[in-house]
Amino acid sequence: MNIALLTSEIAVVILALLIIVFDLLMPRQEARRSLGYFAVCGLLGILVYTFNQHGTSATVYHGFFVVDKFALFFKQLFIVATILTLLFSFDYIEGLTHNTGEFYALLLLSLVGMMVMASANDLLTVFVGLELMTIIFYILVGFDLRSIKSSEAGTKYLILGSAASAVLLYGMSWVYGFTGSIVLSQIAAHLTASPAMLLGLGLMLAGFCFKLSIVPFHMWAPDVYEGAPIPVTAMLAMASKAAGVAVLLRVFLVAFADLQAYWLTIVSLLAGLSMIVGIVVAIWQTNTKRMLAYSSIAQAGYILSGLLAADAAGVKGMLFYAVLYMVANVGAFAVTTAVNNQYGSDKIDDLSGLSQKSPFLAVVMTVSLLSMAGLPPMAGFVGKMYIFMAITDKGYFWIAMLGLVMSMVSVYYYMLVVRVMYSKEAKNEQEFTASVSLRIVALISLIATLFIGIYPGPLAELANAAARSLW
Amino acid sequence: MVDFPLLTAILLTPIWGILVLSFMPREADKTIKMISAVTMAIALGLTLYAYWAYDVSLGGLQYIENVPWITELGVSYALGVDGISLPLLLLTMLVGFSTIFVSWNVEKRSKEFFIQLLLLVVGAIGTFVSQDLFIFLLFYELGIIPSYIMVVVWGSSERVSKEYAAMKLTIYLLLGSAFMLAGVIALYVNAFPAGMRTFSMQVLAQAHMIGNLSEDVQVFTFFLLLLGFGSTLSMWPFYSWAPDGYAAAPTGVSMLHAGVLKKIGGYGLIRIGLLILPLGAKFWAPFIAFFAVVNVLYAAFVTIAQKDLKYIVGYSSISHMGYILIGFAALNVISIDGAIANMFAHGIMSALFFAMIGLVYDKTNTRQVLSLGGLAHQMPRVATGFMLAGMSSLGLPGLAGFVPEFTSFVGAFKVYPLFTLLAISGIVFTALYILRVLANVLFGPRREEFDTCRDASGVELVSLVLLGTVLVVVGVFPQLLMGMVNSGMEPVMALLVKLHVTPTLLGGVFQ
Repeated sequence: MNIALLTSEIAVVILALLIIVFDLLMPRQEARRSLGYFAVCGLLGILVYTFNQHGTSATVYHGFFVVDKFALFFKQLFIVATILTLLFSFDYIEGLTHNTGEFYALLLLSLVGMMVMASANDLLTVFVGLELMTIIFYILVGFDLRSIKSSEAGTKYLILGSAASAVLLYGMSWVYGFTGSIVLSQIAAHLTASPAMLLGLGLMLAGFCFKLSIVPFHMWAPDVYEGAPIPVTAMLAMASKAAGVAVLLRVFLVAFADLQAYWLTIVSLLAGLSMIVGIVVAIWQTNTKRMLAYSSIAQAGYILSGLLAADAAGVKGMLFYAVLYMVANVGAFAVTTAVNNQYGSDKIDDLSGLSQKSPFLAVVMTVSLLSMAGLPPMAGFVGKMYIFMAITDKGYFWIAMLGLVMSMVSVYYYMLVVRVMYSKEAKNEQEFTASVSLRIVALISLIATLFIGIYPGPLAELANAAARSLW
Repeated sequence: MVDFPLLTAILLTPIWGILVLSFMPREADKTIKMISAVTMAIALGLTLYAYWAYDVSLGGLQYIENVPWITELGVSYALGVDGISLPLLLLTMLVGFSTIFVSWNVEKRSKEFFIQLLLLVVGAIGTFVSQDLFIFLLFYELGIIPSYIMVVVWGSSERVSKEYAAMKLTIYLLLGSAFMLAGVIALYVNAFPAGMRTFSMQVLAQAHMIGNLSEDVQVFTFFLLLLGFGSTLSMWPFYSWAPDGYAAAPTGVSMLHAGVLKKIGGYGLIRIGLLILPLGAKFWAPFIAFFAVVNVLYAAFVTIAQKDLKYIVGYSSISHMGYILIGFAALNVISIDGAIANMFAHGIMSALFFAMIGLVYDKTNTRQVLSLGGLAHQMPRVATGFMLAGMSSLGLPGLAGFVPEFTSFVGAFKVYPLFTLLAISGIVFTALYILRVLANVLFGPRREEFDTCRDASGVELVSLVLLGTVLVVVGVFPQLLMGMVNSGMEPVMALLVKLHVTPTLLGGVFQ
């Protein structure tokens, strides 16, 4: 048994524990900021370490836990997402005035959950990773004790999330009952297309779709996104969604590949519905976080549509999309955080005159939003191309068509935000301030979005290699 | 200078300009304008050199650059121009250069304005020089978002609010580009089997010859492209963004949109639609001819009823797109020659028109035909510009508009006698509204309220002189333009011969 494969997860756990200890030892509130930097540095170290595992493809615990390029790709994505989220959230988290240190530790533990999900090779590990992540998110969503919305969101997420977990677990037990195994590859060997089996499959799909906020399992997302502290919203939108994608891909392509004929139609409907509902409802939002929530529902639809190809090209598209989606979201959430730090609210209206006060942040927001809309030369364009080409190849031209048209409609509400930034006058003359680390994150997001859009080659190759390791 | 990447240089010059501008302090208003002017002057100079050095006798693509870019998708950074795209590139630069001077009086947030103006120009240059569909789309959409912001921030609300106009323009163009993108994906996936796929226009143009694109695929793909390019070109019924958009946009943006960006539609129909999907083009040609007639006549009638100068030019440009469309739809060398030349002529003409309207509006604060009058007394230079543009618009011999229109009608008449006659009758209506505008705005009794208005002077003269000169020179020596265009028609000709496109064999519903 090769425990070394678990090193990066163990390292993150140790880092989280260290933060809890230091938090207890450090008396003054101000010193706690250094905890954040400590977490960032630790994660950077772990990120560098993960490259060590590059090229390995091995399992531990009787095949329950697998380390391959696919898992590694997602782990690195989660770590980067956490680092970026931490970087732009220092001011915001300090503003919470209590338990700052715990916040960092909890965020890291949710990261462990995601990393376990990426490596999970059997249903039980999937569930453990998922619950580790989700339970911590229940806490984090309700972390802002000053805000009634935050508590409400936490409760809502807890209730709905538990129900979804129950559904997922129920589905898993059906699958176990009919195949006699929880290891993905063995499930694949014992698959039958019996109605009970399909019921289990359907329940599992519903459970995953809840995590991905796919319509019609999306109802929680706008409220939870709105109520949660912004860094938590960012993590929910970027990392937890990507983690959902990771398990969904592995479970469906490894274990249930032979039942494609049954789930492809459902997936295509779910993806199409998500695109439509996410984009259409986003138009009426007046709150930036809610708008981003609906947009992320639509984005989940785009990512999910890549599953239709059910081949390496489609998975490559999904992985690529997950990265660029994270990159764009980091930019959008960083700007939202900056505006929130300034005005204490997150109405779209608060962005008024941002182009005058901070042209840089306005550009970052514009580029991020347009990348989500899929306009060139931003990264989103290439991502959509990859996915749509893969599914067009398999005959799903209609959904590519739908996606393209809806993405152009989505430009409408993204442009409304751009308009607010560029043409409206600022609310007051106050100087606009944003911390250095936040600006750095914004800059990284801007450069990455443009770079991936203009030169997608290297990332695409990485995604391709990761996708191929599933087969 | 064989290996000098001329087209990249042309493309990069404004990009350097943008970079320099973004590091300029916001207050350095004059310097910002000077930098924009200098970059555009350099780019224009390079383009003129390219036009001059292009070997017409050789024809075909020249100044080719080809660097593999996203190899696994088959995308390469492929540039090159031929007789079809070079005139349009020159058009872009001429109009782009003029817009800098037309926008000289922009004081409000001038740094952002000029950055976005240059971005718009880069988008247009990129579409005309790229020989790779991926890059083509990339540059095409590059122009849309700056247009939105520019209309919203620097535009003017008269009949419709600028927010409304900007959003309408954006949505129409983006929906169009979504269909375009879908068409390109369909083409990409169908043209070659996995592993051999490419976005190269040159290679894709071979696909139908080796039988990879069945007629059904071509017909369907061309339809998607037609929706896309049709909305860019403001083909009926996808035209309604254009007049509102032009009216609300600041002068420079109106010039670029009406003069240059619109032509991407026509260019795309020829370069992608016809050359890559000839059977699709053949199928849809009669429909396009029908739409062309609707464009000409419907827009002309609507123009007659307009009172706002910008709306008049906006609708008249839709009407003129009909001439281009019917030239394309006739699918013969002469008519397509005319269509391409017409794109150039109309681009210069409408840009000059919008520039003059901008001047009149700056000085008199009105664009309403009925509130103006006798301006030739106070502003003879502006009046000259108006006259040149107007006369070119109605196809007066000796100005740029005549030869192209004549050529495309000659070519089209053989194929669609009835449609062409109807389209030609559009000239009468054009004459009607143009002459009425000229008479009401420029001539008639001297109006005293405009006595304080000064004539165009200084930088304001740049666009007038430049575009006016081009109109006259091309009008008097049409060979300068037609020779170039004709040299690009060789592959088109070969294709048409191969397809046996003759009047009696025309496909589609009229078969």
